Amino acid sequence: MAIRNSLSGQLLRRSSAVSGARFISSWFRSIEPAPKDPILGVTEAFLADQSPNKVNVGVGAYRDDNGKPVVLECVREAERRIAGSQFMEYLPIGGSVKMVEESLKLAYGENSEFIKDKRIGAVQALSGTGACRIFAAFQHRFHPTSQIYIPVPTWANHHNIWRDAGVPMKTFRYYHPESRGLDFSGLMEDIKNAPDGSFFLLHACAHNPTGVDPSEEQWREISSLIKVKGHFPFFDMAYQGFASGDPERDAKAIRIFLEDGHLIGLAQSYAKNMGLYGQRVGCLSVLCEDEKQAVAVKSQLQLLARPMYSNPPVHGALIVSTVLGDPELKNLWLKEVKVMADRIIGMRATLRENLEKLGSPLPWQHITNQIGMFCYSGLTPEQVDRMTNEFHIYMTRNGRISMAGLNTGNVGYVANAIHEITKSA
Amino acid sequence: MASSSVLSVATQCVSRNASSLSINETHKGKAKLGGSTLRFSKSSGRISMTVAVNVSRFEAIPMAPPDPILGVSEAFRADTSDAKLNLGVGAYRTEELQPYVLNVVKKAENLMLERGDNKEYLPIEGLAAFNKATAELLLGADNPAIKEQRVATVQGLSGTGSLRLGAALIERYFPGAKVLISAPTWGNHKNIFNDARVPWSEYRYYDPRTVGLDFEGMIEDIKAAPEGTFVLLHGCAHNPTGIDPTPEQWEKIADVIQQKNHIPFFDVAYQGFASGSLDEDAASVRLFVACGMEVLVAQSYSKNLGLYAERIGAMNVISSSSESATRVKSQLKRLARPMYSNPPVHGAKIVANVVGTPALFDEWKAEMEMMAGRIKNVRQKLYDSISSKDKSGKDWSFILKQIGMFSYTGLNKNQSDNMTNKWHVYMTKDGRISLAGLSLAKCEYLADAIIDSFHNVS
Repeated sequence: MAIRNSLSGQLLRRSSAVSGARFISSWFRSIEPAPKDPILGVTEAFLADQSPNKVNVGVGAYRDDNGKPVVLECVREAERRIAGSQFMEYLPIGGSVKMVEESLKLAYGENSEFIKDKRIGAVQALSGTGACRIFAAFQHRFHPTSQIYIPVPTWANHHNIWRDAGVPMKTFRYYHPESRGLDFSGLMEDIKNAPDGSFFLLHACAHNPTGVDPSEEQWREISSLIKVKGHFPFFDMAYQGFASGDPERDAKAIRIFLEDGHLIGLAQSYAKNMGLYGQRVGCLSVLCEDEKQAVAVKSQLQLLARPMYSNPPVHGALIVSTVLGDPELKNLWLKEVKVMADRIIGMRATLRENLEKLGSPLPWQHITNQIGMFCYSGLTPEQVDRMTNEFHIYMTRNGRISMAGLNTGNVGYVANAIHEITKSA
Repeated sequence: MASSSVLSVATQCVSRNASSLSINETHKGKAKLGGSTLRFSKSSGRISMTVAVNVSRFEAIPMAPPDPILGVSEAFRADTSDAKLNLGVGAYRTEELQPYVLNVVKKAENLMLERGDNKEYLPIEGLAAFNKATAELLLGADNPAIKEQRVATVQGLSGTGSLRLGAALIERYFPGAKVLISAPTWGNHKNIFNDARVPWSEYRYYDPRTVGLDFEGMIEDIKAAPEGTFVLLHGCAHNPTGIDPTPEQWEKIADVIQQKNHIPFFDVAYQGFASGSLDEDAASVRLFVACGMEVLVAQSYSKNLGLYAERIGAMNVISSSSESATRVKSQLKRLARPMYSNPPVHGAKIVANVVGTPALFDEWKAEMEMMAGRIKNVRQKLYDSISSKDKSGKDWSFILKQIGMFSYTGLNKNQSDNMTNKWHVYMTKDGRISLAGLSLAKCEYLADAIIDSFHNVS
């Protein structure tokens, strides 16, 4: 069209007339540089390091014993089946119905009455982050004066998520530094002291960053107390299957709460347990009193998602529903998840053994007591800096070590470094 | 759980709610107990009672209305009529009215599968190869802004997600600033700015009398806005009207925006789809950048690469210095992290592969021309059908002047409802039809429907 062509012509005229363009002073003068993300920034620094000895025990992404990222065989097979065959038409705002169904079965139980009774309002979400963010926005919209109680410590991004959603945060005691375990009495006291009907964020399994989980008995007591106080329990479950190797076992805390009659909220992620990190696939669910309420809640979750991203990405969802929906692939997945979890459990034992063999004066049983991808080593920020600067070992400054980054090739080196730095502590 | 402890919990609930206890024993059911609900379930031969903790915290939550655009497809799917036609959502269809996966996309996906790429997290800002490719596609690879590193690009969740990042940036760093959006505009623009808490108002755009652009009204309203307003512009193929400014009008718009020290914010969702040429369709954005303005641009690959469900797009901020671009990019990342941490990888790799492989890129351009060409043909056929059937003398030439996937028919809500209820033609209530969902074969039928709705329904 002649009309359109002439716009390019005018463009040429314009740019040559304005060479060395006149700039108004920038609108963005007052925008400060943002600090590096404390977790993802570690990987950036690691990648930039040239040392042959460098070790990345920063971000929680699984590595095999050769330190390589892993794509699960069940995932590859699922991808082969779906490649090119699907039209990439928009998913509904709430995402893939099949994927959501499978996710609910995984979390709530294959034969859960709540699923049968259609009492769960659920949407596909952008992995765990996206699920938490939609819930936080939902909480803000319908309980605008509420706060969220988060454990100390918790995954750093939890703070960002609820803050950007406009929900103020309060904390409850969780980690006990002296024992490197759970501060159970502190936790129970803080639950009790919170005003009735508060919102509580709980890690369903494999607490991030500490690796410290309540025992089954402790979970029952927590559930009872939360029930008495009428609090709302919101679970972040990013490691189902990854903690013990058995997804059913890792969902135990949730099942306890469900048996107790809680109406829970739940964020699920497939980043770790299916290795779908970059696909951003997860699920947000809210258990309601009845089907009608579940439908209403889901509609409101969708209303929040539409102005954030319209509808969620399809690729990861297809992989998940293909894997979980096919008995053979699902069995393969269960095996592969167990292999990953077992390797990590093995690394925990090896790291602890090495430290004890080196004659470390400090206690290290917390390494094997803790569970999941992370170990809260007890290293101070200064010690962490030494780990990085002297030994090229990259981790977050809270002392969190991603066990997935350890392998038979580097565990000795890391144990040695820890020992060197802590032996005179 | 021993029944005694269950009852003791029940007692606590009763005392909190000061109501009398009455239980209806049923096999499976509920009984109200003050503000709580006793739930009964039969398990292993005995009735056990669990007290549901509170009345749900979300008891009072109302049902949200269906999305005005995406809800149309749902309604269409439920319609059993053979004559039904979906002209709702802007998703490209072939002449056979089937969804279309571009050949280059299939090729790119196969390449990716063969390579066995891993699925690690992308950085918060997304895939570097994608970010480079998308900025170059938008501005031209030899654009001085790119050479001078003045462009901050962050991969976003298609157009929506990219717009949302831009809106969040405005809310945080330009407190009190408003966004001016066209009347009408894509329905979701308002939701995005509302949820991001950025105030907005409208500038005149669509003139119902001419079914064209109210250019004077637009200029007036842009002039009247307080200095430093963000002006949301559709780069090409305006949604929902299909009415774009002429090149001369773009120049005037740029002048006014520059004079008033406003900040242009482009939504580019149809690059390539308007004229068939990727470069041509980017001319408006490139003009503003060449003027020396700082510009925000949201991009989407949903339509032009058919990657709808992969959610791939980008937020670009072209600023006056590379130092400023660096700072802005860091803050965009900080906004993205608590939304979704890092963006999905699959769509980004497809785009990077297609744009970055010369043979695939050329093939894409050809497919792009083909898709845009089909829509132009359908426009022509629709216009021809209506003009020959409609004896009223009404001027339907606006159909030919409009551009892109959509046509603003000028039908009002009642008339649009008639289209659906009587003719099983699904469209949005603002009178917008998606020509991407129309085949040559259905043009006559649609012409009949439009003529009937326009003349016989008020």
